[in-house]
Parts: sequence; C-alpha cells; structure tokens
Amino acid sequence: MHLIELITQPWPWYIAGPLIGLMVPLLLIFGNKTFGISSSLRHICASCVPAKIPFFQYNWRKEIWNLFFVFGVFIGGIITLFYLKDNSAVVVNPKLVAELSQYGITDYSGLIPNDLFSWASLSTPRGMIMMLFGGFLVGFGTRYAGGCTSGHAIMGLSMLQFPSLVATICFMVGGFIMANLILPFILSI
Amino acid sequence: MNESLKNTNTDFEMRSLDAMCFSEEQVKTPSWHNLKYLLFGILFGIILIKAEVVSWFRIQEMFRLQSFHMFGVIGSAVAVGALSVFLIKKFNIKSIYGEDIKFPVKSMNKGQIIGGLLFGFGWAMTGACPGPLYAQLGYGATVTLVTIFMAIVGTWVYGLLREKLPH
Repeated sequence: MHLIELITQPWPWYIAGPLIGLMVPLLLIFGNKTFGISSSLRHICASCVPAKIPFFQYNWRKEIWNLFFVFGVFIGGIITLFYLKDNSAVVVNPKLVAELSQYGITDYSGLIPNDLFSWASLSTPRGMIMMLFGGFLVGFGTRYAGGCTSGHAIMGLSMLQFPSLVATICFMVGGFIMANLILPFILSI
Repeated sequence: MNESLKNTNTDFEMRSLDAMCFSEEQVKTPSWHNLKYLLFGILFGIILIKAEVVSWFRIQEMFRLQSFHMFGVIGSAVAVGALSVFLIKKFNIKSIYGEDIKFPVKSMNKGQIIGGLLFGFGWAMTGACPGPLYAQLGYGATVTLVTIFMAIVGTWVYGLLREKLPH
C-alpha cells in the first residue's frame, strides 16, 4: 500500500496518541513552552477586547507563540481537507448509532454531525443551545480550570501534577453527566 | 480574598505570568522563530483530524464508554509525555537555546473542580476541546466559527467575573 493511502486512512490510537504525546517534548525542547491550547482564547481576549479587566492586562505578545500554534492547527485542518482527506464516514459503536438516530442524527460524513451543527441549525433551539451554550462553556470552563485537555490532561499529567489530575477527572465527570443525563433532553428538543 | 486573587496566577498555561518559569533575558529570539510553532501546530492539527479525536461522534462514544479509542489516544499521549518529562528532568536536557527547562508547579484551587466540570459539559456538547475547534474550522466546518466565537466570549466573561467566583 502506498504511503499516502496509509496516511489518509483514520489513524489507530496507538499511532495518534504517542504522536500527540510527542508535542510535549517538542515544545519544551524547541522553545521551553508548555503545551496548552485553551490559553489562546485568553490571548485573543487580551489582544482584542481587554476592556480594562485585570485578567486580560498582561503582555500577550510574550505568549504569541501560542497563537502561531493554534493558527497552525487551523492550517493543518485545511491541509488535511485538501490532501489527506478520507471520504469514508466515521465508524462508531452501533449502540451510539441507534441512540442518535432517535434524535434524527444519521449523517456521519462530517467531523461534526451536519444534522446538529450547521448554519441552518443555528436558528433551531437545539442547534443554538449546542453551539452557543456549548462553546461558551468550553471557553468559560477551561479558563476557570486553568487549562483544557492539552494543558491539564496531557501536559499536566505528564508533569505528574495533582491539580491536573483533579481537573482531568472533572472534565470526564462533566462529560459523562452531559452526554448521558442532560444531552438526551437537549437533543429531543 | 478577591483582592489577593487579582494578583494570584491560577492559569498555569501562561509562562510569562509564572515568575519561576520565565526570565526576560532568556527568551530574546527573533520573531520569525515563531514560525516553528506554526509548523508544530500544523502537525498537531493533522494528527487530531486523522485520529478522529476532533469528531463529535468519537467524543460521544468516549463519554458513553462505548469505545476505547479516545482513552487509548489520551492514555498513550500522557505516557509518552510523562516519559519525555522524566527524561528531560533526569538528563537535565536543555532547550535549543541552552535554557534550563523548568516546569510550573500548579496549585490546587476550586477552579479545577468547578471549571473542570463546566468544561466537561461543553466538551460533550460541542464534541471539541479548544484544539479540535481550530482543526474543525480548517477542515471545512465553517459553523465552528460560531463555537469558537462563543468560547472566546466564555473566556472573556470568566475574566470579567473572576474575582467574584470561588477559587
């Protein structure tokens, strides 16, 4: 099989996970930076709308590497779309397929379900809650927790930091509660 | 407490706010050096998409314990990261600029619990943590722009209310 075909297929966890883990030494050795993505949102606030809020009064230019990094993630998405795209739909557990079909979610062709996240569904109550409120919680929660999956779960746990373990457990508990107990109500709206 | 919180760093992703980890003189590098972070970001973006960890469906599976995939990705990433940190410490490996690599020591506060739970809610709803949001947008899900905008709003509102929130 050609290399490019191999790359365009979905990668198994034991390839992708270690590659993600390598971001930790890459950033440490090439720039003495700690891996963490959600702080980019803070830098965007500090550079665009600081509004005299103390939390946004710092020299964000010193953290500009982080904005280069997230812009790179965006470009990486574009490159994958044009050169490394795999046209098959994501294969998930049949139990999930059965559950989601109850809510009319049947299109597995995109990264995000087109039935739920689209410009058109932004005007539906369910789409509005998922995108507007969900997005808000991602920004509010990560900054309140002082990090996200990269900063706490990967970087923090790699440094064996207890607060990051607590944060990671809370991310998971929050996700379990939302996915299993609350989402069924939101999706039925 | 609120007055003291104003001067307390609870955001350990921010090196420049961490006196222990940051010294002015050490980091004078030409600005084009930032391009390497662009390159690392591109790699990270490609990995995130090819591993399907930016898929809303994969996140739903994870939170329903219906698949090992996400746990495998995060677990093996932490294992490689932890081994790297261990080796850097053990052999006192320096950065390419010859600096000592220092690690911030995080302190516990209520934010990691309350904020952690709130982020968990948002993660299960949007199917994305902050990194994947940028990758989804690049991969053509233009509506993710709305989610990113709201995440910026959420961050800003946290900054606004920070001194009134329990920490």
